[in-house]
Amino acid sequence: MRKIAIIGNGISGISAARHLRKLGNDEITVISGETDHFFSRTALMYIYMGHMEYQHTKPYEDWFWEQNNIKLVRNWVKEIQVSQKTLLFQDGRTMAYDILVLATGSRSNKFGWPGQDLPGVQGLYSYQDLELMEQNTKDITQAVIIGGGLIGVEMAEMLLSRDIGVTFLIREKEFWDIVLPPEEASLIGRHIEEHHIDLRKQTELKEILAGEDGRVRAVVTNENQEIPCQFVGLTVGVSPNINLVKESSIETNRGILVNEYLETNIPDIYAVGDCAEFRVPLANRRPIEQVWYTGRMQGETVARTISAHKTAYVPGIWFNSAKFFDIEYQTYGHVWNQLRDNENQFYWEHSDGKKCIKFVFDDQSKTLLGVNSFGIRLRHQILDQWLREKRELPYVMKHLAKANFDPELYSRYEHEIVTSFNHTFPDMAVPIKKKGILASLFS
Amino acid sequence: MKIIQSVGLVMFLAGFAIFIGSFFTAHYRITDEILGNSTTETENALIQEYGEDMLDHNFATSYTLISQLSGLFEQINQELLNTYSFTSDELQALANRAMEQGGMFSLANVEQVIGADSEAASFKLKSFQDYGSWLDQRQYENQQALFQDLQNVAENIRLYGIINQKGFDRYRIKDLKFQLAKAAGNGPVSRNPWLFLGLTYGLCIIGAMMYILPKRKLDGPPGIKNNNIFFSAMKNKGWLGILTGTFLIVFYVLLYYFPEYMTNWIIMVDPISQILKGSDAGRFFLYGFIYTLCILVMGIRMIIKYRHSKYQMIRTASVMFFQTAFAFLIPEILLRLNKPYFDFKNIWPLDYDFFFDNELQTLIDSGSLGIFMLVWGIVLILVAVPVLVYFFGKRWYCSWVCGCGGLAETLGDPYRQLSDKSLKAWKIERWMIHAVLVFAVVMTGGVLYTYFTGSGQVFGLSTYAVRETYGAWIGAGFAGVVGTGFYPLMGNRVWCRFGCPLAAYLGMVQRFKSRFRITTNGGQCISCGNCSTYCEMGIDVRWYAQRGQNIIRSSCVGCGICSAVCPRGVLNLENAPESGRLNEPILIGNDSFKIQA
Ligand SMILES: Cc1cc2nc3c(=O)[nH]c(=O)nc-3n(C[C@H](O)[C@H](O)[C@H](O)COP(=O)(O)OP(=O)(O)OC[C@H]3O[C@@H](n4cnc5c(N)ncnc54)[C@H](O)[C@@H]3O)c2cc1C
Ligand code: SF4
Repeated sequence: MRKIAIIGNGISGISAARHLRKLGNDEITVISGETDHFFSRTALMYIYMGHMEYQHTKPYEDWFWEQNNIKLVRNWVKEIQVSQKTLLFQDGRTMAYDILVLATGSRSNKFGWPGQDLPGVQGLYSYQDLELMEQNTKDITQAVIIGGGLIGVEMAEMLLSRDIGVTFLIREKEFWDIVLPPEEASLIGRHIEEHHIDLRKQTELKEILAGEDGRVRAVVTNENQEIPCQFVGLTVGVSPNINLVKESSIETNRGILVNEYLETNIPDIYAVGDCAEFRVPLANRRPIEQVWYTGRMQGETVARTISAHKTAYVPGIWFNSAKFFDIEYQTYGHVWNQLRDNENQFYWEHSDGKKCIKFVFDDQSKTLLGVNSFGIRLRHQILDQWLREKRELPYVMKHLAKANFDPELYSRYEHEIVTSFNHTFPDMAVPIKKKGILASLFS
Repeated sequence: MKIIQSVGLVMFLAGFAIFIGSFFTAHYRITDEILGNSTTETENALIQEYGEDMLDHNFATSYTLISQLSGLFEQINQELLNTYSFTSDELQALANRAMEQGGMFSLANVEQVIGADSEAASFKLKSFQDYGSWLDQRQYENQQALFQDLQNVAENIRLYGIINQKGFDRYRIKDLKFQLAKAAGNGPVSRNPWLFLGLTYGLCIIGAMMYILPKRKLDGPPGIKNNNIFFSAMKNKGWLGILTGTFLIVFYVLLYYFPEYMTNWIIMVDPISQILKGSDAGRFFLYGFIYTLCILVMGIRMIIKYRHSKYQMIRTASVMFFQTAFAFLIPEILLRLNKPYFDFKNIWPLDYDFFFDNELQTLIDSGSLGIFMLVWGIVLILVAVPVLVYFFGKRWYCSWVCGCGGLAETLGDPYRQLSDKSLKAWKIERWMIHAVLVFAVVMTGGVLYTYFTGSGQVFGLSTYAVRETYGAWIGAGFAGVVGTGFYPLMGNRVWCRFGCPLAAYLGMVQRFKSRFRITTNGGQCISCGNCSTYCEMGIDVRWYAQRGQNIIRSSCVGCGICSAVCPRGVLNLENAPESGRLNEPILIGNDSFKIQA
């Protein structure tokens, strides 16, 4: 029985622990300074908005850990003594390990703006951030958010739920256009504005000003405009949380460097999730993957390697999802913010300007490379299959109805989409057919 | 807009306050005429004799009237018992005589001991023949044994003979208290029922609409509207929720057990009852009326809240329709046409008295329409349930048609997040709901046994006692008081989840033979917990979703809210081929190895 220590009780650390337990009977200890139990970081916004309470965000009931013989330790690790295989805690305690898994996640970026550490200025990553935000936004009326990414738009939605006015400064020309192609970026931009958010594009933060009470009073933009506010949300991305290992002999770059087996340079030490950086990125993927799903998959995979089924991390077809206020977004395969050389696209947008779908395909072979969908749910299994099987676009169009995952009775748009496709690409046109109600009852 | 809302809220509260206030606004006086209208001649005579001082007396509250009435009925019954019971001396005399005749008891002796010269004596004689004929020509060893048997007969006569034939049994007492209180009441409500109808229901409905309709604009673009729910004193078991729950519980207790106190509320809806069925309202007319209004008003709220979801809008319209037409209007209109009261969408064993002898008799006596109703009811149980659940899941009933479901999905929607999601709750749920199903089946079995054999006893149990227990504890207590009263405390499906025997039956079909499932969308779940939180049935949806498994649970009523609130489009209610329905947990996206949860 080996002693396995996992630092971090987020999705990566917990996935590793759960799968380690399935595969063996090692002594497993999960350590975190943030909360006693695993909770869903992605649900932080819903606690603030009153959709849920903290307890609802815990994916497993509290008895689950004891029942599965997974020890939980609430503490901050201060130092890893690599040569002694020992962890040193903030309160002076120590813990020996045979195997160590680092799953320390991320922390919010700050770029050295004047005033970025004033009271009332903060990012949103941890549960403590959420508590701070609760205090910082009590009885205020105006907030400014810097940086238009996923966490930024979530923060805007959070503040709005408390009737706090939001000015949203983004550096880019359109919302999140470093990831989204222009059509989709502008669709989301419009929706954000529909929610009465003052979206200031191509605007950067210059400094944050303090009031007499020492708290934030206003921000100044790169155009020297002063925007009064009582709260500033800094949501300019996250980076791997590697403070703990920086001083140790574990190699880091931006993140903790790992190979495809999620092994660091030190034997018996692994890193997974947001904090890990691949020495050699996988094809078409970033060296640091900062999403829930990849954290989960890396945790699952490292558990196998540690349990003597050495397994390389081979993620399947890329997918991701998000929600921007009322508009859901799903993506499968690769849709870059600009078409690459060999690529072509078909884009359809509904007349209400809130739903759209984009297919990116190889211009030569016509095979599907990626899909972006806004306001229409797609079936993961089908898209995964089509991308894997390298289906050509006419095939995709012909079977589009199969990919729909919207609730029953919703309006369906395949007809409109395929018609528009036939119109745009007459050489690839496909017949349009309708299915009877009876047939669907028995299919 | 906000002003309209505030005015609406004030109007609603005013209407509600008048409704509550009207409870106390009458004084009561039983006149000869009222008494004559509500009682038979003998009853009338008894009340005249013993309750003289009550008649034409003014009572300031219903409470004093009813407690006096209770006392009166008790007194009359006691007097009757004194008059018509066998005395201990008489029994002793009977026993002595039999012993003198060699230990053989003979019915003929009774007349010799009691005589037949008075009305009381002939009643005694008659009742002894009814209850004690089995003693005739019996041989006894000793006097004690005989005396014992005689006492038993006398006791049965006291319990079942005298009160039932001469006095007021408890059903009659309940009925008379209600009728007399309703007729005797005199106050602003009984003088102006229309005015009060307007001041209460009218104000409440208009107020509620003024509060609800502007949400269409105020709440922003269509989408999930769950902001601040857990900060709300109403929706998260705060003082408002507790107050509302208390009101509902008190209302149900009055309705089921003490309707005589709520006569003012019933008088208010007399005019509506007159229009619909041509006679005055009873307590269940009032209940049906309020119930339907709640579903309609809160249904409109539901439709506005979920206006981004066609599934929710159509589903809500469906429960509004079935309640209004099938549960409320059609049965009342049937009564007006002198046909049996019948709710065409209510299914045994939820409709637990469907097979009661009096109900069956009514149907059978009502000609071809009655027979059609009987057959229809049985076809629903035996054919509609399995076939429709096979194709659509139990939702076709529970969240599209059923009245209990209808109320839960409309009035109860603000409380859906309060259901308990723990594994423990699930265990309790399975025990309880199946126990109620067994109870319902046994109870109905007994009822049918009695219907066909005429015997009221099975295995020493009275089938009447069993059905009465079921009616009081399950039909009224569980389904009503707990089922609805606990909305603000335990969520809106307490009854459907823990108690409804029909749900248990539908659920078994759904679990084992159905095309319905909630499909989990590959590996897209982020474990946020919205689905589980808003599941009114307390299903831990996330448990399945985060492992890539379809959700197949007997309790799922298919309301579709999990799918609506999921921010990542993970869940979809579907009817599809059975293969692959009960899938292995598979999370798409990791090719490192074959990943199972
Ligand atoms: C607001 C928000 C919304 C998001 N929404 C989405 C989304 O919709 N979809 C998506 O795919 N991704 C989303 N993400 C990203 C996703 O949450 C992360 O990718 C994921 O949680 C990373 O998991 P992890 O286990 O690697 O790290 P974490 O969840 O960050 O867990 C690391 C844990 O380790 C603890 N820790 C770190 N150092 C120490 C130490 N020295 N001692 C003790 N404990 C330590 C931390 O306190 C933390 O509890 C979101 C992130 C945020 C902040
Ligand atoms: S609401 Fe959706 S994303 Fe959240 S836990 Fe449920 S299925 Fe997963």
